[in-house]
Amino acid sequence: MLLDSLFNGVAIGSVLLVAALGLAIVFGLMGVINLAHGELMMLGAYTTYVTQLIFKLPLLKPYYNAYVIVSIFFAFIVSGVVGILLEKTVIRKLYGSPLETLLATWGVSLILQQFVRSVPLAYGTGLVISLIIGLFLPTVFSLKVKESINYKYVKFSSWIVAAFAGVLSGNLISSSVSKLSRASARNVDVTAPAWMRGQVEILGTAFPKTRLMIIIITLISVIAITLFLNQSAWGMRIRAVTQNREMSDCLGISTEKVDVLTFGIGSGLAGVAGVAVSLLGSVGPNVGGNYIVGCFMVVVLGGVGNLLGTIFASFGIGIMTDLIGAGRLLSIWPNMPLPLSNTINFFATTSMARVMIFALIVIFLQFKPTGLFPQKGRMVES
Amino acid sequence: MDSTKSYLRYKIKSHSLITFKLSPNEGQLPNLNEFMRISRRILAGLATASLAVTVTSCGGGSDTSGSFDDTVTVGILHSLSGTMAISESTLVDTEKMAIAEINAAGGVSVGGKSYKIEYIVEDGASDWPTFAEKSKKLIDQDGVPVVFGGWTSASRKAMLPVYESKDAFLYYPIQYEAQECSNNIFYTGASPNQQSEPATDFMFKRSPAAGKPFFLVGSDYVFPRTSNTITKEQLKSLGGKVVGEDYLPLGNTEVAPIISKIKKALAPSGGGVIINTLNGDQNVAFFKQIQDAGITPSNGYYVMNYSIAEEEISTIGPEFLEGHYGAWNYMMSIDTPESKKFAADFKALYGSDRVVADPQESAYNMVYLWKQAVEDAGTFENSAVREALVGQTFDAPQGPVEVMPNHHLAQTVRIGLIKSEGGFEILEETDGVVYPQAWNQFEPSSKGYACDWTDPSKGERYKL
Repeated sequence: MLLDSLFNGVAIGSVLLVAALGLAIVFGLMGVINLAHGELMMLGAYTTYVTQLIFKLPLLKPYYNAYVIVSIFFAFIVSGVVGILLEKTVIRKLYGSPLETLLATWGVSLILQQFVRSVPLAYGTGLVISLIIGLFLPTVFSLKVKESINYKYVKFSSWIVAAFAGVLSGNLISSSVSKLSRASARNVDVTAPAWMRGQVEILGTAFPKTRLMIIIITLISVIAITLFLNQSAWGMRIRAVTQNREMSDCLGISTEKVDVLTFGIGSGLAGVAGVAVSLLGSVGPNVGGNYIVGCFMVVVLGGVGNLLGTIFASFGIGIMTDLIGAGRLLSIWPNMPLPLSNTINFFATTSMARVMIFALIVIFLQFKPTGLFPQKGRMVES
Repeated sequence: MDSTKSYLRYKIKSHSLITFKLSPNEGQLPNLNEFMRISRRILAGLATASLAVTVTSCGGGSDTSGSFDDTVTVGILHSLSGTMAISESTLVDTEKMAIAEINAAGGVSVGGKSYKIEYIVEDGASDWPTFAEKSKKLIDQDGVPVVFGGWTSASRKAMLPVYESKDAFLYYPIQYEAQECSNNIFYTGASPNQQSEPATDFMFKRSPAAGKPFFLVGSDYVFPRTSNTITKEQLKSLGGKVVGEDYLPLGNTEVAPIISKIKKALAPSGGGVIINTLNGDQNVAFFKQIQDAGITPSNGYYVMNYSIAEEEISTIGPEFLEGHYGAWNYMMSIDTPESKKFAADFKALYGSDRVVADPQESAYNMVYLWKQAVEDAGTFENSAVREALVGQTFDAPQGPVEVMPNHHLAQTVRIGLIKSEGGFEILEETDGVVYPQAWNQFEPSSKGYACDWTDPSKGERYKL
């Protein structure tokens, strides 16, 4: 009973956490209010769908069972690249002006939603492939090549190669997978492979496998990102830049590169969240919009600029949702006085539980406006 | 900035109307390729869009061909964008098909003249105030004699005051919660006693979970809440037990708390009946996750669905729905020539992968019923048509239907079991038609009331 409740809370929380993790970096560390975060999740979810269909092709059919794992990487790359493009074209020009960023990213979110509605997914995939090649091909050339030829030409020619590759792969996919060759505003569905459906029994309680999978995805993402931020050289640079941009700049850190990298990673994590979300429900243009408010809530509640806070906040909200929404307090304490049990019964529906949790968060933020784990020390922005 | 946006939207829309007009042969309906062609034309035409503004609202038809004496333009108002577009666009397709069939058979003959039906399609954009606004436009600006439109109850509630104040007529094709009876709306979908009541009765008495407790799940808006109130009252009188109910806010797909509540409530009795009135894609999340949680027919849990038809079965995936139930007036598996012809015609027009379902059948019926009423009335004028409408009968794909004095349709009710290959296996159907009740007889607030628009002394709500 208690185990069941705890698991449910953790399951709900881990969906929130994996969705908010990318935002914790983009909004938390960089301070960018990215309203297109939900749409980056949506791209991840659509990537899962496309990967699923590609793995149904005769050539890849034997590996069909592994497509979810593969799509996690694909989704990270796709959303990451779109995020990088977004940073390079829109957000870079708007650092330090949060209102404009908010409006611009909201516009981007509308564009992305309309994009998946009106562009056949095969050509969408082709476009993303050409973006990936266009952005990364110039970086593989060695410094010598870059110095000997004008770097502009290298860039230009790689974009040409990228465009060709994009058109080619788009046509290839559209001719081999007919479902992807037509544009459609319809919601699509990701079906988990057979080994991920159903339940496993642990300690006498049955747990749904997809939920366990999401918890595992979340755990791996959290561990990977923590290790990256705390152990790697680039992670250290990211933390340095977020703490004191000018000083880091003076010390020779390329803040521009750090910004692109941070935003790319944050967006990529949104893509991973998209994979998780696609396992639970259907995938449509609006799927991201359903999560964006929850994501901001988690990041603000946890304390901006702090991964640990995000983790605590999402599991806290998850467990509270289950406790209130499923009316578990009553079964834990069956003989509670009547007025109290009536109140709890009143809030024991999904709609009212949401109201209750928002109310509790508002009250909490009244007393601790900086969240659960406020950033300590001196930030250059404050 | 807002005005620029609406200006642009207007430009594009009027241009797309032109492209309809440019269709080479109006006798044929736009098929799937047509859509691609139109969108391409919109792109190509953006350069000349300014020209488009000069040509204002024009009907969806080419110039009248020789065989007709005149034309009549009707309004079609469904969501072509937003969340509801997936469902509502199928209604537009069906209504266009019915109109094309009528035109091919010689059109509407009124007062010795034959009229070709043309239509103006407006987009309600899944936004309820837009439905009201577009209704006003169709009635005032375009002067259409009738509007076929709506899907959600919220959109109908938004449109109702417009039609009542202008004494216009809306034909509404969806099964709904009733407790409403307007002189200006014609309801061709099922009222609760034509869907949920027979379904509840079946689940309680004759399903594999007969006698077991019920759990009610729905989206958080007017239809599920009203429908479940009726179900609760009905179960009370049958001696059944409702052990819980929960509503999911629209847009929310986190069903984990609901699942644990269902388990807690139904597990002690070894399963039970779940009445599901969730909307749209929330169903996907619900069925994916209840299967993972072991809430399946093989474990004794049976879900009766009021919003899942053939279209939804194929999108959600029959592997998640197999063994659960649905209740409708029309099911694609009805084995009659009319039903088969309806399905075959639709597939021929829109592609072999398409399906027809109950809402589409209702939409199809209402176009024909309007045509018959107009011909009987001998005029397009509203009050005469309204009078002629009551008592009309039609051999619909589901079987014979008849318009009752309360502006609802007497129709057959069927209970179906969802099959592993999609679609329903019809388990039972009522002998003949079930008469519609606009005011529910289980719900205490409306018990003992009825609606009759043929008798001026009775009207919207009178005591039986």
